[in-house]
Amino acid sequence: MTTREETASAVAKLERRDAIRRLVRKVVVFLLFIVVLGLAYTGYKAFGQSIDDAQTDWPVVGAVLPRTDDLTMPPIADIMAEFGQPPQRNSSKPLAAFIAEASLFTFREAAFGFVFGVLLGLAIAIVMLRSKWLERGMSPYLVMSQTIPLVAIAPIIVIWGSTSMGWLPFEWKTWMSVAIIATYLTFFPVAMNGIKGLQSADPAAMELMASYAASRRQILVRLQLPASVPYLFAAFKIAATAAIVGAIVGEISGGVKGGLGRLILDFASRYTTGPERLYATVIGSAVLGIVAVGLVIFGEYLVLSNRKEEPLSL
Amino acid sequence: MTDKAACAVEVSGATKVFNTGKPNEVKALDHIDLSISDGAFVSLIGPSGCGKSTLLRLIAALTHPTEGTVCVNDKSADQARLDRDYGMAFQTSALFKWRTITENIELPLQLMGWSRANRKERAAEMLELIKLPEFGDHYPYELSGGMRQRVAIARALSFRPSLLLMDEPFGALDEMTREHMQMELLDIWHKTEKTVVFVTHSIPEAVFLSQRVIVMSPRPGRIASDIAVELGDRVFETRESPDFFTKVTEVREALRFDHEVDG
Amino acid sequence: MIRKAIRAAGPALVIGVGGIALWEISFAIIQPDGFVLPAPSEILAAFTENIDEIWVATKNTGYIAITGLIAGVILGVLWALLVSRYRTANETLTPLAIALNAIPIIALAPIFNAWFGLLSPVSNQSIVIILVFFPVFINTTKGLTAVKPAELELMRSYAAPPREVARKVRIPNAMPYFFTALKIASSLAVIGAIVAEYFGGRQDALGPLIVQNAGLTRYADAWAAVLAGSLLGIVLYLLSGIFERASMPWEHAAETAGS
Repeated sequence: MTTREETASAVAKLERRDAIRRLVRKVVVFLLFIVVLGLAYTGYKAFGQSIDDAQTDWPVVGAVLPRTDDLTMPPIADIMAEFGQPPQRNSSKPLAAFIAEASLFTFREAAFGFVFGVLLGLAIAIVMLRSKWLERGMSPYLVMSQTIPLVAIAPIIVIWGSTSMGWLPFEWKTWMSVAIIATYLTFFPVAMNGIKGLQSADPAAMELMASYAASRRQILVRLQLPASVPYLFAAFKIAATAAIVGAIVGEISGGVKGGLGRLILDFASRYTTGPERLYATVIGSAVLGIVAVGLVIFGEYLVLSNRKEEPLSL
Repeated sequence: MTDKAACAVEVSGATKVFNTGKPNEVKALDHIDLSISDGAFVSLIGPSGCGKSTLLRLIAALTHPTEGTVCVNDKSADQARLDRDYGMAFQTSALFKWRTITENIELPLQLMGWSRANRKERAAEMLELIKLPEFGDHYPYELSGGMRQRVAIARALSFRPSLLLMDEPFGALDEMTREHMQMELLDIWHKTEKTVVFVTHSIPEAVFLSQRVIVMSPRPGRIASDIAVELGDRVFETRESPDFFTKVTEVREALRFDHEVDG
Repeated sequence: MIRKAIRAAGPALVIGVGGIALWEISFAIIQPDGFVLPAPSEILAAFTENIDEIWVATKNTGYIAITGLIAGVILGVLWALLVSRYRTANETLTPLAIALNAIPIIALAPIFNAWFGLLSPVSNQSIVIILVFFPVFINTTKGLTAVKPAELELMRSYAAPPREVARKVRIPNAMPYFFTALKIASSLAVIGAIVAEYFGGRQDALGPLIVQNAGLTRYADAWAAVLAGSLLGIVLYLLSGIFERASMPWEHAAETAGS
């Protein structure tokens, strides 16, 4: 018995090492990609500038390919340098600090929206589980709800928030309206994956629970919900990105101050006096998106690492 | 926990029809009469589709007869289920992969509202019974198929039901592990004195484990033969004895449905 | 056959019709004035009144969405075919694509506007292309590579060259995955086109129409434009479904593989 135990833990250690190796490789590939992208960008610029005036005669440049002058495509070095520059005249706070603060603001909206979206999506999934009729009835609307460009009516939601939410015991801030948009974008993948996950419980396990005369609530809590967790995490990854995107777009179309959307708008309108700032902000948004999904993946690792499907045949 | 009834399982005139009235209607069982006394080890064997699993599920009250009655421990099968008079084991061990072995064994106890201290104590007892005491904190994926089935049996017995219903629990295991598990199961049966109803495909398994082998006919399932097996206390060598072989042949003959013995 | 269709569509119809009726009735009773969400009848009225404006806007936004969708799908499928051929490419590029998809693509809109010009359709089309590319690439690659080993071994035993393997085994296997992605991509294309329009593009398109009307508190008009956007998305979704049924007669379209 002890040798079996030893072998089991040795194999587990090997698997962990493999998993870490795979993760490191993915990170390296990603960084390599960024480097390749940067090289392609700079290479294209150099190529374009070496042709110089001739490029204005090319019908393709400016229409399908970007111009290579420093205004349209600022050099990467300048963009990186801009992170350290203060964008405001009267303060010495560097751009990076502004972007970080705005990212946190946007993240908070997305996080609130995400949490409520998950709860709402789970609730819908549980309700649909209860009744096949409801499931068949609601599925098409769930699918259709995602074709409604809700982000498009963000300004409406923002106004609605500031006028109709007075009855709440706390003050309704505009960022909360944006959080609602994030909720809307989250609940669909969670509901759709949630119902699949709840129904994925092993039929033998369902019979087992019936043999225990378990109540419906017990079956839900002890069997179906834990069985749905892998499916839910797949939905969380989609929802995390969607919530961030929804938050940024909501901020832009709703005129919300304090987040990345506002920064993007400002720097886009002042593009000619400093294109690097816009690029820097866009990079910041990309980082925020990756961080959000990274958090979900980390959570998934924590929760699912003891489950592994692969059995050890000893 | 449950009073010992003279007749652990009593099935009378049970018929089961699926999809009545629809084009895919099928009669799985046809007028089954079966009595199983307390503490017996009975096997159900028959060709695919003979309804042996369906019969087991009738006893477990996981499905209900279209006609006839099923009694367990002198009550209706449904009542027996509500009273948790039986434990069940399936071909897939159906362990919850997100629970440790101990937590898996504690599952029925948790559902029944046992206190944490009592659960832990019982789980430890059961781990001793199946001889896996040091695997309590492991997860199912770390155990082999045979070990997982042992845990499933431990879980089925954790709340001390009087009846153990098993649906081809060793079907997915290789032959060597299977024979080993059969000895383990008999050992547990002797120690705990349960009534066992065991569904299987394997003739040697049925003969080795039980005192009675119920042979069922192809669909619609009826009881074709009821063969008593007297081989005494089983040991490994029993499989190699001439009496064993004779009995296996007897069961095999009973299973030959494609050719009529009496004109 | 008809009974089956009714059984399938029945609950949805009941909930849909019931929901709209409830909405209309409660508004008729409460009669909120100038509320952000008007009664369905008001939205419908606004829709029909502004039908010309809405139709033009839908055409313009639709143009961006559809051209972007087609280009993105072609790119996605081509890359998927390429990557599925080489195992190392698959193992490196697919996780990369999944990671890149985490970036808020829409943030690139202002940069594309700078590159291609604010009024150029290319800037908006690029956003749609990128949005569409990822799900199509990721799903189709999965479909092309997640073939049962037994089938691959069978082809090997026939000494079939890789191209034959692709045609006879991988591509049919990938089709359900592709169509799942296509359906997702078609709604993404519409939403992407509308949202990209916030950042720049023609003013006679759905995005600006929604925002301008909302800004002027003409909510019924704004919602009418939203309705047009949803209808556009639904039409594309249904077209994808028809394309799917036509391409996969051997499989009930309802049973598509998951993504």
